[in-house]
Amino acid sequence: MNNTIPNRQVICEVLSAHAETDRDIVVLCSDSRGSASLAPFFKDHPGQAVEVGIAEQDLVGIAAGLAKAGKKAYAASPASFLTTRSYEQCKVDCAYSGTNVKLIGISGGISYGALGMSHHSAQDIAAMSAIPGMRVYLPSDRHQTKHLFEALLQDTQCAYIRTGRNPVEDVYSGADCPFEMDHATLVRDGRDATIIACGEMVSPAKAAAEILTAEGIDTRVLDMYCVKPIDRAAVLAAAEETHAIVTVEEHAPFGGLGSMVAQIVSEACPKRVLNIALPDAPVITGNSQQVFDHYGMNAAGIAARVREALA
Amino acid sequence: MMETTELNKLSWQLRLDTLDIIMAGGGGHIGGDMSVMEILTELYFREMQVSPDRAEDPNRDYFILSKGHSMEAYYAVLCARGFLSLEDVRSRFSQFGSPYIGHPHNTLPGIEMNSGSLGHGLPVAVGLALAARMDQRPSRVYVVTGDGELAEGSNWEGFMSGAMYHLDNLCCIIDRNRLQISGGTEDVMALDNLKDKLSAFGWQVVDAMDGNSIEELHAAFETARKTKGAPTAIIAHTVKGRGSSVMENKASWHHHVPNPEELSQIRRDLLQRKEACAS
Repeated sequence: MNNTIPNRQVICEVLSAHAETDRDIVVLCSDSRGSASLAPFFKDHPGQAVEVGIAEQDLVGIAAGLAKAGKKAYAASPASFLTTRSYEQCKVDCAYSGTNVKLIGISGGISYGALGMSHHSAQDIAAMSAIPGMRVYLPSDRHQTKHLFEALLQDTQCAYIRTGRNPVEDVYSGADCPFEMDHATLVRDGRDATIIACGEMVSPAKAAAEILTAEGIDTRVLDMYCVKPIDRAAVLAAAEETHAIVTVEEHAPFGGLGSMVAQIVSEACPKRVLNIALPDAPVITGNSQQVFDHYGMNAAGIAARVREALA
Repeated sequence: MMETTELNKLSWQLRLDTLDIIMAGGGGHIGGDMSVMEILTELYFREMQVSPDRAEDPNRDYFILSKGHSMEAYYAVLCARGFLSLEDVRSRFSQFGSPYIGHPHNTLPGIEMNSGSLGHGLPVAVGLALAARMDQRPSRVYVVTGDGELAEGSNWEGFMSGAMYHLDNLCCIIDRNRLQISGGTEDVMALDNLKDKLSAFGWQVVDAMDGNSIEELHAAFETARKTKGAPTAIIAHTVKGRGSSVMENKASWHHHVPNPEELSQIRRDLLQRKEACAS
């Protein structure tokens, strides 16, 4: 892999750059500034940084209070804790009360690998998407992460953003990263099948499409970084224009991207939709790549699933 | 600004309004409504810098009702303070499609944050107080919690962070009526000695031995305002269901709806207490 910059580092860079001129930006951490790559922000902008200690409920409640008083609150904590320990604060204090809190779930999915299920957040898409008013974003690479945060800085609604722990392969380049807020990015077009992926699964989806296209299966890839609000039009176009859809997500098999895509497709334009996700079980011990390989969440596994969908 | 005697009398009228709202909606949390009434009265009619014409003023004081189920009392206060219409609240409380639900909802004028689920108010208040300090605004932040509510661990996270950041613009008032839905707080989940606990957490603590006394509350808020370098907790020792022997100090009245006989007795008792106040 050429890229050595994790998405979380890009988040820190964007927030730091804007904090110079926008005094309303406040970053909060729960003893997580190191793992969130936000230590430089705390060092450079101490007046705009709040440490709450290992207390995720307090983290989100305080962020909501700051936002109620006009601040742009960015609360960063491991995705696992942020979306389960403080789930009710996300629901009541952020979404229900309408506060401008951006909830940054770091080391999301199974990023923490061998640390086990306590540290994995394979439920966060389902949980957060089910909250009325909560948006859910899983950017795929560092370039898209930058665009996403530039856009989030301009709005006033709460959102949950999940990012992984490790650097991920670039899907885009700095010069070529098409981005339109709340619209899926067409990574590549194709007429036979569509792979819809989010977060770290976009890169292997793109690689799978290259394998398939070489075999003569012209494969479209949609980067659905905006899991909620999902780009319904892009999903329907894929269902209408290609023969089958395969979804890929670093998430439990229920209530995530696959469920949402299947719901839309079955409603309006029934086509075969197959899902690739983590199992409904604690995942096997390993680092991210080992776990992905084990469950077929890699280029070869995704390509195989597309062939199956077309069979 | 209203004086103590007027506020005292007003608190009894607000109890009567609360009773009307509960009866119109066919339900409510009458016990806690009645215990918290003087706290809300003192806050909204003397202590806090809030009014309908400066609802968006960044320099206003902020109020959070963490014990959100005391909403009927809060409606009565917001109506009397000019944020809402009592007639409208009374006619639509809890009705189909109504904006007047059983917990605070901030689409309504005068309500800052939604609550209902317990243990949320204090961390939010910490955030509000931090923001005021960051922006060097004079705003003070007031949060009212229940006592049974303090079993929620998130409160203690809030007590830690409030003290950590020396938020002397933050005041937490605990409606210490010693009852919760299942019985006495000391039987359900013991809270005593609360003053020592809060002091140990680094808060300035004021015991208002009669938490239904406008005068005592006024003095407690004055202490809070003068305290520098630490947030203040006021433990208001109140009487659940205050105002009528029918419901005072009875856990079963947490959300009991009076039957016709009880209703007329309560109304008589409240009127009598109101009329007994010097005008």
